[in-house]
Amino acid sequence: MSLNEDDVRKIAFLARIRVDEARLAPLADELNNIVGWVEQLSEVDTNGIAPMTSAVDIATPLRKDVVNDGDKVEDILANAPDREGPFFAVPKVVE
Amino acid sequence: MSTHKHWTIAAAADALGKGEVSALELTDQHIKAIEDNRVLNAFITESFDVARERAQASDARRAKGDVAGPMDGVPIAMKDLFCTEGVRTTAASHILENFVPRYESTVSGKLRDVGSVMLGKANLDEFAMGSANITSYFGSVKNPWTPAGANADLVPGGSSGGSVAAVSGGLAIAATGTDTGGSIRQPASFTGLVGMKPTYGRCSRWGVVAFASSLDQAGPIAHTVEDAAIMFEAMAGHDPKDSTSLDLPVPDCRAAVAAGAGGNAKGLRVGIPKEYTLDGMPADIQKLWDQGVTWLKDMGAEIKDVSLPHTKYALPTYYIVAPAEASSNLARYDGVRYGLRVPGASLDEMYELTRAEGFGDEVQRRIMIGTYVLSAGYYDAYYVKAQQVRTLIANDFKTVFNDVDVVLTPTAPSAAFAKGEKMDDPIAMYLNDVFTVPASLAGLPAISVPGGLDANGLPLGLQLISGVCQEETLFRAAALLEHAAGFTAKVGGTQ
Repeated sequence: MSLNEDDVRKIAFLARIRVDEARLAPLADELNNIVGWVEQLSEVDTNGIAPMTSAVDIATPLRKDVVNDGDKVEDILANAPDREGPFFAVPKVVE
Repeated sequence: MSTHKHWTIAAAADALGKGEVSALELTDQHIKAIEDNRVLNAFITESFDVARERAQASDARRAKGDVAGPMDGVPIAMKDLFCTEGVRTTAASHILENFVPRYESTVSGKLRDVGSVMLGKANLDEFAMGSANITSYFGSVKNPWTPAGANADLVPGGSSGGSVAAVSGGLAIAATGTDTGGSIRQPASFTGLVGMKPTYGRCSRWGVVAFASSLDQAGPIAHTVEDAAIMFEAMAGHDPKDSTSLDLPVPDCRAAVAAGAGGNAKGLRVGIPKEYTLDGMPADIQKLWDQGVTWLKDMGAEIKDVSLPHTKYALPTYYIVAPAEASSNLARYDGVRYGLRVPGASLDEMYELTRAEGFGDEVQRRIMIGTYVLSAGYYDAYYVKAQQVRTLIANDFKTVFNDVDVVLTPTAPSAAFAKGEKMDDPIAMYLNDVFTVPASLAGLPAISVPGGLDANGLPLGLQLISGVCQEETLFRAAALLEHAAGFTAKVGGTQ
């Protein structure tokens, strides 16, 4: 599998990172270099091997279904790039 | 470097206890050292006001006979990946350049609660992605060590490069680090320090800027194994706010260190994995590894040859798993709730411009690799496959730990290298972590202990790995190694 410029353009959009057209080709080379290297895993026989889901076997902890936090509007908005009243402000998204 | 001596936590606790020095004096000594050594670029943000305030509070507690423990009044550096209330936290990224958390991470909060004094936020690779501390938006970190007879600037290793530069340069007595694939151990090896990565889940991840959540683990960086044990005990413990936090008592690692400090290794079984011998490995590293085996054997340890057959697949596995998790974790930096925003005509354009400007090249590269391996049609071929190989790597260790208590390896395949080397080829840089990544993937505790100097007078570390939650065994073995190595070299001469 080798990535071309169209693939990189698509990946960059999925990742929401703007990449200049001139950077697509060199970036494709860089990514192919890494992807080609990790593809050596295909030589490992993993038939019937369960994927690792956690480093240490512990049961998922559950907490009581109660309100234990909240009322922190000012803390939450303190680092907002833009706000209007108690809300985050963003560019218009509905046409 | 610094004009004062290199303090250890243990020596500082002793001197503070005897009234030979106050926490404020100790703090001011280190503030002066930081001011005199800004050329190292070890800190992104200095927090001297916070430090002096905490030092004074510590002195006041001590005057009342109310000491919070051996770290009370001890000045430390905090890796700038831990959120600290009211003190800017950047992860060394432009995207978080102006982020001031309104909350404190669990680990930094625990260290505050035991009275330690935060001097500032230590530099690192951007989002902890790197092995040389050259990807920081705030500039690279200079290793305080220099090669004998040369004047080259060396990298401190990474990603916890600011932390190790601060401790080895005498700017802080100890420091926090985080380790995802070797980011505590490799820089500790490059600077003649002890760096310890706990079992995954020992230290809470709450409030630590996330890189790869199934791998990220905080740990101590210090001058001695005893100091690392003191600091580990202060950092570890169950936290309900991290669902992967281990609900187990913190082991008594200081007792384990005391047990090893006398140099009696009777009953300790040490595995030497043949797969860790690399083609082209520097002779000095092989020599030190062999020396480590001899040291442990001479102290009475039983040495066994062991095999970890999937070792060679650890790095490629890591470079699927870590970028995949990073691409998911870093999706939160969208210019909406906090961090940098670059305006755009549409929401998508705002996201794209913000992330293009806010993230550096290596971070962008890893996000895109991660996005690709998780994308429709490739998920099974890459991510699931890597998680399967990860199971095999963890199983290799489980098998080996049926027969041995610890595994001994070199920490890194080289000593500290010059800035500019390995920068053009990401994979050459990734190979720095070849010996540290396997334990990370398996979630195992591991420690780097300084073993000696190479032909250029640069420090080299030896790594010990133990089984899950076997930190006491790990610390005992590390104390034994430290005892035998007698490593006393410090920046600016032996102490």
